[in-house]
Amino acid sequence: MPETREHAHPNVGTYLRVAAILVILTVLEVGVFYVPAFHVVLVPTLLALSAVKFALVVLFYMHLKMDSRFFSFLFGGPFLLAVVVLVALLFLFFGQFTLRGVGGGGVGGG
Amino acid sequence: MTHAAAVHHTSMGLDSRKMAFWAFIGSECLLFGSLISTYLIYKGKSVVGPYPHDILNIPFTSVSTFDLLMSSLMMVLALAAVQRGDLKWTKIWLFATAFLGILFLGGQVYEFSSFVREGLTLQTNLFGCTFFVLTGTHGAHVTVGVLWLLTLWVRALQGKLGPAQAVTVEISGLYWHFVDVVWIVIFTLVYLIQ
Repeated sequence: MPETREHAHPNVGTYLRVAAILVILTVLEVGVFYVPAFHVVLVPTLLALSAVKFALVVLFYMHLKMDSRFFSFLFGGPFLLAVVVLVALLFLFFGQFTLRGVGGGGVGGG
Repeated sequence: MTHAAAVHHTSMGLDSRKMAFWAFIGSECLLFGSLISTYLIYKGKSVVGPYPHDILNIPFTSVSTFDLLMSSLMMVLALAAVQRGDLKWTKIWLFATAFLGILFLGGQVYEFSSFVREGLTLQTNLFGCTFFVLTGTHGAHVTVGVLWLLTLWVRALQGKLGPAQAVTVEISGLYWHFVDVVWIVIFTLVYLIQ
């Protein structure tokens, strides 16, 4: 039997702290974009910062951290499926392993 | 109608409206997942310009991103206000959320107009096609959210939005925050990773 209770939401102080962190992370994202020294790690850094912002909004503003785990399942299932489809398509079109074999140009390469 | 009569619980003890809305948000993940996938697959395959690095305005979009993040904060503050029965602040925060949403939409209209003036349309190249479809679909969602928020604001002005209707505000908030998280992803994948 999954956890079904809906818990109390965070207080205003928590909301404000999360907002402050979101703003700082956004400033960091834009900063990383403009500083040439970070360009070697630009993509992983931006993806990590974006993932943290995404998680903060979903967990605290959408209350998945406190609400029923069933809601997490309803959201997380399709979200993971979307991510898997995205990664699979990127591998299919740009990866080394394509429908045309190892090292091929991919189905979209033409 | 009393609060007790208005609440619809499932056999799991959860509010059925929230459950249905989370399922809807799940389906929206797949919609935006497909649009983002399409954008990324066709990225760099345009044979004529303008290209993303020629045209995307990062400082301007950063301000739009900040605007949408702040609107999410206003939304949770509106929810907290309605839950404690504070009608005055419910009205203020709901209107502030809708206003920031309208500002975001105004920014998007300005951005789209300037892109068209610079020669990027839906038909120009693969970048234009996938960019406008992805960000346009997001903008349509923001528009729906703004209309929804303004409807709630009018109900608050009429004094019909109290703690008994907090779930209604919470569900509109779920939608609004989802629109925000989609923008967080779009801002990174489309604007910053060029």
